[in-house]
Amino acid sequence: MDSLKRTSLYDKHVTLGAHLIDFGGFHMPLYYTTITDEHHQVRNDVGMFDVSHMGQIVLQGKDALKFANFVLSANIQVTDKIQYALLLNDKAGIVDDLMVYPFSDNQILLVVNASNIQKDVHHLNQFIKNYEVDIRNLSDAFNCLAIQGPRSFEVLSKIFDTLPKHSSDYMFFSDEGGPLLISRSGYTGEDGFEIYAHDQFMLTLWDKLYQAGVTPIGLGARDTLRFEAGMPLYGQEMDESINPFEAGLAFAVDLNKEKFIGKTACLSAKVNLSRKSVGFELLEKNIARTGYEVYKDGTKIGYVTTGYLTPSTKKALGFALIDVKYAKLDTKIEIKIRNKFVQALVRNKRFIQKNNKV
Amino acid sequence: MNKNDMLYVDTHEWVHIEGNKAKVGISSYAAMSLGDIVFFDLPKVGDTFKKGEVFAAVESVKSASDLYMPLTGKIIAVNDQLIDAPELVNEDPFNNYIVEIEFTNEDETKGLLSVDAYEATL
Repeated sequence: MDSLKRTSLYDKHVTLGAHLIDFGGFHMPLYYTTITDEHHQVRNDVGMFDVSHMGQIVLQGKDALKFANFVLSANIQVTDKIQYALLLNDKAGIVDDLMVYPFSDNQILLVVNASNIQKDVHHLNQFIKNYEVDIRNLSDAFNCLAIQGPRSFEVLSKIFDTLPKHSSDYMFFSDEGGPLLISRSGYTGEDGFEIYAHDQFMLTLWDKLYQAGVTPIGLGARDTLRFEAGMPLYGQEMDESINPFEAGLAFAVDLNKEKFIGKTACLSAKVNLSRKSVGFELLEKNIARTGYEVYKDGTKIGYVTTGYLTPSTKKALGFALIDVKYAKLDTKIEIKIRNKFVQALVRNKRFIQKNNKV
Repeated sequence: MNKNDMLYVDTHEWVHIEGNKAKVGISSYAAMSLGDIVFFDLPKVGDTFKKGEVFAAVESVKSASDLYMPLTGKIIAVNDQLIDAPELVNEDPFNNYIVEIEFTNEDETKGLLSVDAYEATL
């Protein structure tokens, strides 16, 4: 356990009696009270998550934007909105999924999955030859706190004079210790904010929010929340053997861009789709878990990538990567659960419908 | 009933023996470690299992754990209350059994652990 990294909020988690786990090489809270209570807290009110384990890679230099557009699937433009993009290999396999903060032509921030930081840095460095760009892994210097839930604006507006107005907006604000970054974003299907700051600011912010009654939330509820909202997780719905079209992430791929890593393979993957990520609901009481096999008429057609009996829906739901022939809504499939075949119905992945965009 | 009324196996099931029948549940340690229990996948009355075979599963929000038959025998009752209220086992693991069995090999009971011996394994 001692080889695991600690975030600057580690002592807060320990004091609160959090159940800590190894996540992406960090000591992270899985839950403080229970996953179910914390899930409802975020859906109905507001909660805060230490997500400092996430990686931050800055592309710095004259060609930063050009380079971003070469290595990322989406068309990145300098705006005041964050963008979702994929890092692909030349076979269109997904190396990572990430959020892009396109500050300027010569400075782009990528927020990547904790478990992929080293892999991403290595991957990016393979392509810098013709670009004037530095790849800086600043993951250890950044802390990130996510404040999520319908009351997130209300609680933060008591601390910050101005906040990003619309979903995906980001802005800088200044503090004695240096510039800070805040975006109106998150991974829960709720309105919310993600704040990047140095250690001292983060510790103070945590205390202020805690005293204001904002509940700390662990990664357990973060996963049930993102799942209900239909959001994919790297390592489950995506990996290097899955392409963006199979994963249902075509919206993050701009095939009109002149060139980007994986484009040729994407053009072919798009028209030769053999598997597709779908949502499903069990028709009997049980729970489908990651890795369980999916069948149709006795033939294996795929596997479950995430499954829960979710706190808000009280239904046994899942995502599965299956043969595209059976991916139509309302198709009956079977999930093999402990040697039983449990009936399920293909449905839309967005299991909760909340209008959380502002 | 409380923890002192039970015998145990090291896979965290408790056994309460009455004649050739026994109620089977999970220890408070197991219930606490699982967190919120949201589902039991229960066997049917009449199913038979050997000692050590998986006879049911208990699921928390996050994960599924198998339950192992503490003694060879037949399921003669399942606690139906757990279908709609699995959280009862979190609240009081020793007064909410999971299944009742009729065991067939008396000798196997000699291998069960006392509460002290079980707690020493934790």
